[in-house]
Amino acid sequence: MTETVLGWWGVPLGVFAGAMRSSTPFLFVSLGELLTEKSGRINLGQEGILVLGAMCGYGVAFLTGSPWLGVLVAGCAGAMLGSLHAAICSLPRVNDIALGIAVMLFGTGLAFYLGKAFIQPQAPRLPAIPFGWWSAVPQVQAALQVNVLFLLGAGLAPGLAWGLTHTRWGLILQTVGDSADAARALGYSVTYVRWAATALGGFLAGVGGSFLSLYYPGSWNEGLSSGQGLMAVALVIFARWEPVSCFWAALLFGGAGALGPALQSVGVTHGYYLFNAAPYVLTLGLMILTSAPQQRLAGAPGELSVTK
Amino acid sequence: MRNARQHEIVVTLCLPTGALLVSLLVFGVFVACSGANPLAAYALMYQGGFGTWFSWQNTLQRAAPLILTALCTAIPAQLGLVIIGGEGALVLGGLGAVVMALHFPVGVPWLVQLAMALAGMVVGGLLILVAGALRHYRGVNETISSLLLTYIAIAGFHHLVEGPMRDPASLNKPSTAAIGDANMLGLLPGMDVHWGLLYGLVACVVVYILMSRTVFGFAARMAGGNARAAQLSGLPIGRLILTGCFLAGAAAGLAGMVEVAAVHGRANASLVVGYGYTGILVAFLARHHALAIIPVAVLLGGIGASGGLLQRRLGLPDATVLVLQGILFVVILASEALRDRLQLLGKTAS
Repeated sequence: MTETVLGWWGVPLGVFAGAMRSSTPFLFVSLGELLTEKSGRINLGQEGILVLGAMCGYGVAFLTGSPWLGVLVAGCAGAMLGSLHAAICSLPRVNDIALGIAVMLFGTGLAFYLGKAFIQPQAPRLPAIPFGWWSAVPQVQAALQVNVLFLLGAGLAPGLAWGLTHTRWGLILQTVGDSADAARALGYSVTYVRWAATALGGFLAGVGGSFLSLYYPGSWNEGLSSGQGLMAVALVIFARWEPVSCFWAALLFGGAGALGPALQSVGVTHGYYLFNAAPYVLTLGLMILTSAPQQRLAGAPGELSVTK
Repeated sequence: MRNARQHEIVVTLCLPTGALLVSLLVFGVFVACSGANPLAAYALMYQGGFGTWFSWQNTLQRAAPLILTALCTAIPAQLGLVIIGGEGALVLGGLGAVVMALHFPVGVPWLVQLAMALAGMVVGGLLILVAGALRHYRGVNETISSLLLTYIAIAGFHHLVEGPMRDPASLNKPSTAAIGDANMLGLLPGMDVHWGLLYGLVACVVVYILMSRTVFGFAARMAGGNARAAQLSGLPIGRLILTGCFLAGAAAGLAGMVEVAAVHGRANASLVVGYGYTGILVAFLARHHALAIIPVAVLLGGIGASGGLLQRRLGLPDATVLVLQGILFVVILASEALRDRLQLLGKTAS
């Protein structure tokens, strides 16, 4: 019995494997939210976009048989909700936080409404690359099954970090986020840049959602996401608006989320709900530790209301 | 001056009404796209929410917790905070009420009910108090922290209800022990609606008086309008925020007590059905005005009550109501953009 051979070592292994597996949605949503926040706006609707993305990805993959088409459509659905947020936010007197809550409720409701038909059937899943071929232990092999989307996200983080500081687009985005007046004086359209950043942020969040339904846990149901989108928003603040830090933070959050299932797999079933609450407690704890009562947070875009 | 004031009231009434009509129109297009007749949907929604005395009672039954959870968002909004943790405070409040009922030493129903209400309010209040304190002392964004606290509260609730507090007799649906028929809240005289509705109405009137007629309310609104000016004039911002958040959570906690003591009789997953989230929408639609919350909660209670009918007669999914609520939320926020323009129109006219 290989299961008993590993014993309690299964817990750190499970957490490690889970960190890679469950971090992907956090990673995509947080990179998307980072783009949005760099433009000076916060989109709390990422949670709703994540759920809608999960539903659209699953539905399209089921109907067409192609999981990658599902990922694309999930991203487009996310971009549409992101555009809605951006368009209404650019009207006068509209508060981005309140609108984020509205988009969160709207996206979730829409996903539940459209997704009713997809709760039963099984859609094709996204492929994974087996990096664990060298090991004879099945758990190690299972743990090293790495999804392609995770690798894409891991590559996207440094790419984004480079793009934000070394390309014309990245610099314009940061200018808009730090001072809308300066950007206007330079002749850039603040509304347009923020729209593009929010739509792209929504696209990434939608892709993150499709990972939930197409790879892990790998099916669509109404309890699929419980706050990952929102935690990713908090994660961006914790990562101080640095894409590469977002990657490490996402791994940390994924590991915390994997703690409950990993303990369950070695037979600890008591306190299942409490272990599942670990990511929320971790998020809250990190927010308390890294926030500051008076001064502005280092690295925060100047126009961002959430840190003022 | 008088004219301008009247005009402002007209604008304040027309904007949400217009937003409601636009939302219904968008919702109709949506329903038509899924192959159902929108006119039939409107008719069913009216019938299911407000068509008969029976549906009115169902509507009012649902409005009671909505009124209380809406206060959870509306009170901190006066202080300039966006709190969305009503669901967590409701759930914990319900659980606190059950614990109190199960351990209360005296078997006098009204005393038990009073103790349950207090327990629910204190537990719910403490949850939101934490969000307020984190905001004030650590600068943690209160919107995110209140929702995270809600998730933590719900996880703790499930842990207790399915673990230490589970009644072994509840097989299919894990629940706590029942609070006992004698301790249940009765019905209002002459109707099939429980006393919880009156709790909600009284809470709204109390909050209205508190916010518009007392020093606390004035100070709170001043702090919400301009925190720095309030600080410079010596107002105790911290105490205002903590008090406001505690009151907000207490209202949602009371909603949990009402749901337990008037509807379910015990704490189980039926308590976690989203009254807290709908309450956020009610508060925004009512523009965080304590008295306006009452009609808006009745309206959304009616929309919620008609959900079952839409599902049975038109074959629409049960999430149809959530879609309408989402559309309404987005449209109501967008409609704020028109306020300045309409007010300007009023000024040039007078």
